[in-house]
Amino acid sequence: MSPIPASTLPLQRAPLPGRPDEARSPRAVSIALEKVTKVYETDAGDDIWALAPIDAVIEAGQFVSIVGPSGCGKSTLLLMIAGLIPVTSGTIRLNGEIVDRPHPQIAVVFQHDLLLQWRRIFDNVLLPIEIKRWGRAQFAKRAEQLLEQVGLAGFANKYPDELSGGMRQRVAICRALVQHPGLLIMDEPFGALDALTREQMNIDLQKLWLTVGNTVVFITHSIEEAIFLSDRVLVMSPRPGRVELDMKIDLPRPRRLSIRSEMRFIGCVETIRQVFERSGILRGE
Amino acid sequence: MRALIENSSPFLIAALLLLLWQLIVPLAKVPQLILPTPLEIIAKIGKSYPLLLADTQVTLLEVLYGFLAAVAAGIPTALCIFYSRVFAKSIYPIMVGLQTIPKVALAPLLVMWFGFGILPKVVISFLIAFFPIVITTVVGLSGLDREMVYLVRSMGASELQTFIKVRLPAALPSIFGGFKVAIALSVVGAVIGEYIAAEQGLGYRQLTANIQFDSALNFAALIFIALCAVATFVAIAALERLFVRQR
Repeated sequence: MSPIPASTLPLQRAPLPGRPDEARSPRAVSIALEKVTKVYETDAGDDIWALAPIDAVIEAGQFVSIVGPSGCGKSTLLLMIAGLIPVTSGTIRLNGEIVDRPHPQIAVVFQHDLLLQWRRIFDNVLLPIEIKRWGRAQFAKRAEQLLEQVGLAGFANKYPDELSGGMRQRVAICRALVQHPGLLIMDEPFGALDALTREQMNIDLQKLWLTVGNTVVFITHSIEEAIFLSDRVLVMSPRPGRVELDMKIDLPRPRRLSIRSEMRFIGCVETIRQVFERSGILRGE
Repeated sequence: MRALIENSSPFLIAALLLLLWQLIVPLAKVPQLILPTPLEIIAKIGKSYPLLLADTQVTLLEVLYGFLAAVAAGIPTALCIFYSRVFAKSIYPIMVGLQTIPKVALAPLLVMWFGFGILPKVVISFLIAFFPIVITTVVGLSGLDREMVYLVRSMGASELQTFIKVRLPAALPSIFGGFKVAIALSVVGAVIGEYIAAEQGLGYRQLTANIQFDSALNFAALIFIALCAVATFVAIAALERLFVRQR
């Protein structure tokens, strides 16, 4: 583990730990942020700096988490990467192309599952295929596989309101992955789940990701969750958001939940916690 | 067993009330002109049902035309209000302002403009049903979660796809709620139109029954009006079940 101040090492090109390079999906998308800012105008006409200039490079195939206090602009950053809201200044590139609309290779998972109540689970999973007009028949198999991988094989013909919160979020992840996204963007996807379900989801997501090998940008409030899942954790400051710490997580994969009680894991948690204490988000005794 | 009793209790209570009505009227020596007994009303229906059915047909047509016109005009208006800022800022406030005029109060004018046929009734029916359809449709369209829009946009959905795949289906429960209110109001509109000036229809039949001191016929027409309201409401509810998944 080497906590690296973001300012000294914005570009990081080390090989991924725990996974040989050839395991990366050829579709995986790289991300480059150059001096990206976001300023909101309030109704009163005041400017609010949601994001200070942010520079970062995320390699194709990396699993990167962003942790930070509420309102630090992490969701804003994520919506901009997804091409859903414009940047105020700076540029975001996916695979070198400037983002000015949603890139065809992205998929987004939000905190709420956002399943369509009037569609069966199977049809929910195939929604992106329908919208992209890729032909449902070709992707039916893929949808079935994904549902099976997350333990929902028998639920394809159910409606969302017949499933529990954890199951629904799994469906949302299947819906994101069915289109073989090169970049999976997740905005606190497990924030609405109970602690136990959340741990299970962490294991399941890791397993899925190891088979898919795409780039993931994952936002969370949970330091442990970020470290458990990620190759790299970006720690953000309170508004206007900056990257305070860019930390590589060199733990071998697949990781088990028990890794969280190992010294090196705890060391990572401690490092991030100290950053939060320094910036006043967490107060010690 | 318990469910059976619970489900049949409204019918039992209604039957009981009718029985009470049937028994009390002769005992209290209420004149038939004031309050005919249920049996007298049924007898009247049996005798004049061809007349009542013809009236029902007229009234139902007025209701349906008025309602359908309100749907045909209301949904596009709601779409304009939702999608056009200019429309929402300029026309919408005027519409809300006009809404404060009781539509029924326009009935005499409409008769003067459109004559004694079914047209003025259709127009009243339309006017009275239009607004609830517009409002519930706008509310339904606006109710979509912002993140839901982000989600489908991230999949590359166009404005039209967003509308068809997500926004419209999500708005349907609200829209059908509006339809139910509107169809009930349409019946009110049509009948009131007939009170003002008509040559046929259930409202007109009530008026003539009044003039002839035929209270049983008046009640009979009233029952048919109620049946019209129930039938149209049930039809909308059936349509809703077809399009909106019930929990």
